[in-house]
Amino acid sequence: MLDATPRYPGQLPAAPGVGYKPQHFRDIADHPAPVAWLEIHAENYMGAGGRPIAQLRHLSARFPVSVHGVGLSIGGEGPLDADHLSRLKQLCDWLQPASFSEHLAWSSHGDHFLNDLLPLPYTDATLARVAAHIDQVQQMLGRQMLLENPSSYLAFAESTWSETDFLAELAHRTGCGLLLDVNNVFVSATNLDYEPRAYIDAFPLDRVGEIHLGGHDEDSDDHGAPLLIDSHGREIADPVWTLLDYTLARTGPRPVLVEWDTDVPDWPVLAGEAGRAEAALARVPA
Amino acid sequence: MTVSQAQLHDALLDGARPAPAGLTDGHGRPAGGRFAVYRNNVAVALTDALEANFPAVASLLGPANFRNVMGIFLRRHPPARPMIAEYGAGLPAFLDGFEPLGHLGYLGDVARLEQALRAAYHAADAAPVDPAVFEALAPDALMQSRLTLAPAVRLVRSNWPVHAIRAYALEPGAPKPPAQPQDVLIQRPEYDPQMTTLPPGAAGFVTTVAAGHTLGAAHDAALAEAADFDLAQTLALLLSGGAITEITPGETP
Amino acid sequence: MFNTMKTVAVAGAVTAALAAYTSPAAAEEKVKCYGVSLAGENDCKAGAGTTCAGTSTVDYQGNAWTLVDEGTCTEIDLPDMADGTPREGSLEPLDRDLPS
Repeated sequence: MLDATPRYPGQLPAAPGVGYKPQHFRDIADHPAPVAWLEIHAENYMGAGGRPIAQLRHLSARFPVSVHGVGLSIGGEGPLDADHLSRLKQLCDWLQPASFSEHLAWSSHGDHFLNDLLPLPYTDATLARVAAHIDQVQQMLGRQMLLENPSSYLAFAESTWSETDFLAELAHRTGCGLLLDVNNVFVSATNLDYEPRAYIDAFPLDRVGEIHLGGHDEDSDDHGAPLLIDSHGREIADPVWTLLDYTLARTGPRPVLVEWDTDVPDWPVLAGEAGRAEAALARVPA
Repeated sequence: MTVSQAQLHDALLDGARPAPAGLTDGHGRPAGGRFAVYRNNVAVALTDALEANFPAVASLLGPANFRNVMGIFLRRHPPARPMIAEYGAGLPAFLDGFEPLGHLGYLGDVARLEQALRAAYHAADAAPVDPAVFEALAPDALMQSRLTLAPAVRLVRSNWPVHAIRAYALEPGAPKPPAQPQDVLIQRPEYDPQMTTLPPGAAGFVTTVAAGHTLGAAHDAALAEAADFDLAQTLALLLSGGAITEITPGETP
Repeated sequence: MFNTMKTVAVAGAVTAALAAYTSPAAAEEKVKCYGVSLAGENDCKAGAGTTCAGTSTVDYQGNAWTLVDEGTCTEIDLPDMADGTPREGSLEPLDRDLPS
């Protein structure tokens, strides 16, 4: 286990960032404001070379970069993929990112990678397994990692922990930080019918090293109840902005990231969303 | 009741199975259709990945056929590694053996070409050799020299006009493919892979060079494939494409 | 010793190739181009929209499976070109997997 003292990992500024998309490379080089930092998905930069790596090298000289893994399957029942962990280490070693984060989820089973962030039951057994995996990651990378709360569409009857207590206990046991996705909170709270502010109140906010925002789609379940889908394909919903204000008032300024992965808009639209995050940060006393 | 990831995995990939018991909504009622969100995520995300990785195959089949065929492929061959950019290495062989597509004999080779382009795109950077090294070699040393090719170089040999078929599938106004075999060399000067349809003999030359044989042996192999093989043309192509990264001189007698 | 005529031919070809050679542009400029994206990307979104893709039970069961008449393949008419001597695919030494 690493140093368990709460700290803000890395040097991500308490300012807006965006998920980097290659089609925005030139815009970011020419007029990045108000975006102050970039996040990449680790698995897109594990090739040996070529333009993706060259562009990332170029950008990393100018912006703090956060590496956000989407393929480690940290909640997997089997052992962590040692090869994948080595690839992550290799990436972090040359890039020296300001932050590394992953998800409270699983995505691989045996030698099948399912390319989705799949849900976990919150039990003592899951807790022990995920904590061991986080320890392994932090030892391997030689740095603290952040763990992100998931978007949920269902729950497990076998769960004995609340998600917030589960994350707090993981952070306590491993010394990891947390990545609080405010849209995920809103999506999960709607889908599982609880109060999103109560979730924020119960969240170990002193562990939060980064905040995520993203757009969601609306659907409905078998009973006609609302079912929100974490699609990252549109503007951030107004209630999520309100929940961000509520959160920042309690955490103080934090790095805030806008994620947009489907139907990616032109740069001015994405920068506009980052501008709303900047305004929210400006309302928070330091 | 515990739900194992093995159960979830099996149910995610097989829509005919019921959702595992023990999954609920926020009030303890059975999750029902909520499980379909995850099923959908897996199928859609992997199909989208295959469409991005194999745009020509997608165009050739059309959207409904592509989604149906990929639905079968992704359930039989989910990705083995988490890097989506490399998903589909097994698609060419799958298409070769997929009976309902037997009348489209070229599909597998089109997928091979797209796979090779993508591999070239992500391959390691390598500085091309200074062509002046050639000039310094005495003729006999030249014949015995060996060439190292850049990591991005790929060669796809096909019984089909695979380059023309890909172009027809992706580029508006491209001519209809002629009925002839095509060998396609992929080189990556800097960052953009470039395709060249090779003249007769050139693929034999590149194959022999890549296998580590001498320039003289590669020249012989090319001549065996095509008596009118043009070495100057092929060498100029490789040099201008940054395909040669090292020239190891042979022993002079 | 090599066949002298062959050696002279190869040396002549190298000279001709060098004469035709022009050096490529600087890499620093090329990094700035977006270029053609040649691959899908990993992300952490959920697939939006129709839930039928995940519950689809479509599978290949012999002759039960048929193609819809669509796609650019319907415009291509090539004779069967398999001549019984399948050519090599990507060269073994070149056919590297994407590097890990």
